[in-house]
Amino acid sequence: MAIEGAELVKAASLLGAGLAMGLGAIGPGVGEGLVGSKACEAIGKNPGEAGLLTRTMLVGQAVSESTGIYSLVVALLLLFVV
Amino acid sequence: MSFDTATWIQVATFSAGGLAMGFGAIGAALGEGYTAGLANEGLSSRPEKSGDIFKNMLVGQAIAESAAIFALVVAVLLLFLDPGAPYLLKASAVLAAGLSMGFGAIGSGVGAGFPAGQACLGIARQPAVSGTLTTNMLIGSAVCQTPAIFAMVVALLLMFTDFSSMPLAPTWAALLGAGLSTGLAAIGSGAGGGLAAGASCEGIARQPVSVGNVTTTMLVGQAVSQTPAIFGLLISFILIFSAFPESAALSAAMAPLGAGICMGFGGIGPGLGNGLTAEQAVRWVARNLENTGGLTRTMLVGQAVSQSTAIYAMVVSLVLIFVI
Repeated sequence: MAIEGAELVKAASLLGAGLAMGLGAIGPGVGEGLVGSKACEAIGKNPGEAGLLTRTMLVGQAVSESTGIYSLVVALLLLFVV
Repeated sequence: MSFDTATWIQVATFSAGGLAMGFGAIGAALGEGYTAGLANEGLSSRPEKSGDIFKNMLVGQAIAESAAIFALVVAVLLLFLDPGAPYLLKASAVLAAGLSMGFGAIGSGVGAGFPAGQACLGIARQPAVSGTLTTNMLIGSAVCQTPAIFAMVVALLLMFTDFSSMPLAPTWAALLGAGLSTGLAAIGSGAGGGLAAGASCEGIARQPVSVGNVTTTMLVGQAVSQTPAIFGLLISFILIFSAFPESAALSAAMAPLGAGICMGFGGIGPGLGNGLTAEQAVRWVARNLENTGGLTRTMLVGQAVSQSTAIYAMVVSLVLIFVI
């Protein structure tokens, strides 16, 4: 079965998009969960600072999210641009 | 070197049976070991309650075992599967079934070990509420089993649906993707749900009056932890039941396979992360009962952010299936 070069590249970009987003989602998912878990612990210990803690949690999660967004961007680039 | 279709199907079913049981044994064994370890710890601190603790340990281990039993059932079914009229797509379908069940049993087995172990330790700490602890353990670990049940449903669908009218390419890749999607996504959700359930058993033993709030928060947290597995199941169903037009192009096959891999791996992290967040929320609801509302709110906000990566993975999967 002869596969053209362009066809092989297209197939690799589709599989690569799936791998990029799939594997790329593991880290931020676990990382954001750890942030949330520590925030809940801290609010449990010190409920008076719930507002500050929730804000800090969200900022920390947003930074952790960035690698997930990189994965999404790379996946979309592989799907639609490359 | 070329073999006939029936030989390929045999090769696939036997490989799939081995993979289903091999991977499927990982989680339950770890979970049960953890349970027995904590039961011993509890026994050493309160030997006079050995009967209660031992009984609870066996019940908890039996639930953790069910994930491995699902894998055993699927493996045995695969070994003695009647292939019927051979068609090559069957080989891909049974291989996907084995992968789905094998991977899918890991998380639930590990997860069910956490509540069982913590309940054993809790009975040693607070023997008066051993009944409540066992009930809570049963609820929590039953929820942990749902990802394994999803994986079994997908495995049985793949084994017993007749795909003979479907074109070989690209359906072979869609079926493999369907197996990987639910199987891999179940790992995170199963283990994550278990973390929340474990914390609830620990919390009830520490503060028995908190049982209502703790169980409610546990169930909410577990429900959110299960969503990545549900996303995985959704993508599997789409991949199994969509009719992909016949195409010999490699890219037509890689799109559905990529979709399944994307949702499968993409569900692991958020499932585990949601569970980690729920674990601490439940833990602190038990210690700080009047703050249940605030903790549940923060837990849900934190989980929603963690969930977003699973949603990205689902979006990319859907684009791969429907747009490309």
